[in-house]
Amino acid sequence: MSQRSLVVITAGLSQPSSTRLLADRLAAAVTASALAEVDVRGVDVRGVDVRVVELRDLAHDIMNHMLTGFPPAALKEALDAVEAADALIAVTPVFTASCSGLFKSFFDVLDKDALVGKPVLLAATAGTARHSLVLEHALRPMFAYLRAVTMPTAVFAASEDWGGSSALQDRISRGAEELSREIARRGPVQVGDPFALNTSFEDLLAG
Amino acid sequence: MQFGIFTVSDITTDPTTGQAPSEAERIKNVVTIAKHAEDVGLDVFALGEHHNEPFFSSSPTTTLAYIAAQTEKLLLSTSTTLITTNDPVKIAEDYAMLQHLADGRVDLMMGRGNTGPVYPWFGKDIRAGIPLAIENYALLHRLWREHVVDWQGKFRTPLQSFTSTPRPLDGIPPFVWHGSIRSPEIAEQAAYYADGFFANHIFWPASHTQRMIALYRERFAHYGHGDPDQAIVGLGGQVFMRKNSQDAVNEFRPYFDNAPVYGHGPSLEDFTRETPLTVGSPQQVSDRTLGFREYVGDYQRQLFLLDHAGLPLKTVLEQLDLLGAEVVPVLRKEFAALKPAHVPDAPTHASLLAASLERTPVA
Repeated sequence: MSQRSLVVITAGLSQPSSTRLLADRLAAAVTASALAEVDVRGVDVRGVDVRVVELRDLAHDIMNHMLTGFPPAALKEALDAVEAADALIAVTPVFTASCSGLFKSFFDVLDKDALVGKPVLLAATAGTARHSLVLEHALRPMFAYLRAVTMPTAVFAASEDWGGSSALQDRISRGAEELSREIARRGPVQVGDPFALNTSFEDLLAG
Repeated sequence: MQFGIFTVSDITTDPTTGQAPSEAERIKNVVTIAKHAEDVGLDVFALGEHHNEPFFSSSPTTTLAYIAAQTEKLLLSTSTTLITTNDPVKIAEDYAMLQHLADGRVDLMMGRGNTGPVYPWFGKDIRAGIPLAIENYALLHRLWREHVVDWQGKFRTPLQSFTSTPRPLDGIPPFVWHGSIRSPEIAEQAAYYADGFFANHIFWPASHTQRMIALYRERFAHYGHGDPDQAIVGLGGQVFMRKNSQDAVNEFRPYFDNAPVYGHGPSLEDFTRETPLTVGSPQQVSDRTLGFREYVGDYQRQLFLLDHAGLPLKTVLEQLDLLGAEVVPVLRKEFAALKPAHVPDAPTHASLLAASLERTPVA
């Protein structure tokens, strides 16, 4: 058995938060779906380790990182966890026709290579379904820039979905299955060392 | 071990008065600060190089030569010399000239500069920062060691039968440090040449400094220059002191809260916990500074930043008084007691000249 890590980024601000609720539902669905999976080497990936990062708790740290150029300890730990994760679930409330500023800021201070090739399930919440394409026109391009592998399904939950039919749960399950398959298809993530020198000095001298 | 101060030459409004010094005042103030550093018994004064406001120090050799003429023992250095945007030929000439006028009391710290728009003002591109630093320094290294240089590279016109003048004093090139916050290539460069490595240390947590110094030490040994603990390491530091530590905190807070770089960000308390900044009594500064050794090993040079963020001249001179009277004597004694005999001091012109005479005795 090999433990895989799933990091859940949630940018909800209220308590309780529907964004967090959606994040938890997605994480639970991935965990449940991964139970039956074996990875590409035939290794059972049962036991996905889930870590939830509440960006509200890191809001000051994120801004301080922007201002000083380095992350305070708690933020550093969260950024490292994202980089080392086998997969990511990223959930934001919709603010003014896009993801929230806090959500964007977290990815602004994340190393630009931290998500390369990493499977990411996108999700968003809002008061009305009229915002649902924010996932496609705001979130997906940002993750494409970061060269993450976004799942074809992105899960949007409007207020009406929480009291509605099983449609939201169907989307959650579909997105979770896509993410589980991507986790299972890959070997564990290797984290690079930012202080490692990858070229010889002779090569540097030669230009 | 060498102790000193370094300045970035910022002209910043004093947040407690709303007044900023004129360029003329700030320039003369920095000269006063350097002279006072010698008076209170410090070893090194290092001056930055910048080509944009709010900094004045575009022409460090002019300033350092003026200070050299008014001091006796103070070592004059840079923090940093831009190895990327300066022509290495001009660096070779300017600093060899300064070295003569200062009777050898000169070394340099190479840095890249991190402000994108500055590079094209000098015909360069920040995206080539590392290759520029590598090629330019390789040429500078030769210009100070070979009388006639033929050279061709990517970033400047070729040289044919070129001799940089004046030749280094006594044929001894100035000692060079390489400064970098997080580029392993620069630690490698310092190790390759057996030059010194200086970690800015101020704006980054100690863990970054620790990794960079460890890499430099390991590569210094790899290139056969000695054991890892014989590599030449310098550290920055940032302090504000009063006899009573709460007075230091109260007085420094408005400067911290409005400082360029980290102002309007983390609290003073958070920043002192996350970085080497120490605000308190001279005893607290001594204790914290001695602690640096625990994660970088025995090191050779400690420079403090004292005169930034709009602090008035009078306050800076008082900081120097405290540093010279109550901190550095303690640090000299404590560091010396801890340092093993096989760990060298930082090279100076005098020590390099003595070593060179030992190798080639006069007939």
